[in-house]
Amino acid sequence: MTSTEPLVRWDWVLGHADEIWQRLLEHVTLALLAVGIGFALSFALALLVRRYRRLRTPVTRLAGVLYTIPSLALFSLLVPVTGLTPLTAEIGLVSYTLLILIRSVLDGLQSVPAEVRETAVGMGYTPWHLLWRVEIPLAIPVIVGGLRVATVTTIGLVTVTALIGEGGFGYFILQGMQRFYTTPLIVGATLSVALAILADGLLVLTQRWVTPWARPRGKPA
Amino acid sequence: MRAVLATVSWLADPAHWQGTDGIGRRLAEHLALSGTALAIAGLVALPVGLWLGHTGRHSQVLINCLNVGRALPSLAILAFALPVAFWLGLGLGFWPTVLMLVPLGVPLIVINSYVAVRSVDREVVDVAWGTGMRGWEVFREVELPLAAPIILAGVRNAAVTIVATATLGALVASGGLGRYIVDGLARQETGRLVTGALLVALLSIATEAAFDMLERVIVPSTVRAVQHPESRRLPDVGTRGSP
Repeated sequence: MTSTEPLVRWDWVLGHADEIWQRLLEHVTLALLAVGIGFALSFALALLVRRYRRLRTPVTRLAGVLYTIPSLALFSLLVPVTGLTPLTAEIGLVSYTLLILIRSVLDGLQSVPAEVRETAVGMGYTPWHLLWRVEIPLAIPVIVGGLRVATVTTIGLVTVTALIGEGGFGYFILQGMQRFYTTPLIVGATLSVALAILADGLLVLTQRWVTPWARPRGKPA
Repeated sequence: MRAVLATVSWLADPAHWQGTDGIGRRLAEHLALSGTALAIAGLVALPVGLWLGHTGRHSQVLINCLNVGRALPSLAILAFALPVAFWLGLGLGFWPTVLMLVPLGVPLIVINSYVAVRSVDREVVDVAWGTGMRGWEVFREVELPLAAPIILAGVRNAAVTIVATATLGALVASGGLGRYIVDGLARQETGRLVTGALLVALLSIATEAAFDMLERVIVPSTVRAVQHPESRRLPDVGTRGSP
């Protein structure tokens, strides 16, 4: 890299608009699938753990160990089994969402005041109705809190999957590193961070929209 | 199954245990990278976090900034660190990797140190002031010991994150266990790849276990007994870096 080389060559950005769009779609798809599947799995596991309390420690332990394994190592361990495929990326990405999401669902459901639960039971709610009509709606703020962390983390981790042939914007980062070319490096990193911030903002807006009762309306929140 | 065989035969080859690409050497490099980065991060972050916690000033803005910093993906930080390392004339390898790892550790340590000191029971601190202790004494004799477990949890989170992410240093030609993964992928050598992945995973888990043991040694049992149950929950996953 010579000193006359600018950090970002804008003509490169313009010339690669199509590819940037493709990588954006790839990035969003990988992240969305991972958070979606991870959330469904975590929700089921959280309900299971609530029903059978003895499972709590082993389930959260296992999710904790998975979370401790470095992403590059986990992807690499999967490569001999599932190959250089999107499946490998998804298994890794999903397993990283579990710890955050299981915790947030459990904490969310636990945050429902006991009086509210008792009142609902007193009004004749069945356990199923209690869960869907009372507990889950009230747990939404905490659950969305977990979803935000999981989404931002996953969007960042998608970049690492560039090493196993996926990657979204991570592809540009890797390309930049291999060629010592700062333009794709910075474009990839910036867009990945921007995507994470955007997704986080969207989740905040969604939460406000689905929990209109939680909006501050002149009363202390 | 083939992968298991390939890994076992790779590990069985004595050549893979010696020399500049041997397991011992790579492990030492990995620990040197992580240790240097953790030491720098600690030197920067501990005073800042503890001071913020002690005075309680300007804290909210800074904590928010650090939370944004925490959300930055490690590969992106490496991507940004590389041009900076060039610009500083640090070249490739060790220092760009350290330059990437330090900002991953700093927010985790600052946030936990701040929360740790803040979560010390205010009544206890007031009593300390009331007995005539000075600011420095209150900090050293009361706040620091009571805050120790959460501070240490922050250092642990930083250590695990740094050890895990040091793997990516191999992408910018540094040593460490990540070499096996990056080279294994490039050469399609399953044995090398899986060995690297297993070693990195084990090292991360061992780092976490080591810090948990350290906590048991350092933190007096009396402090552990008075720990508020709420505050013990704080340093968990929410403030850990991404894997």
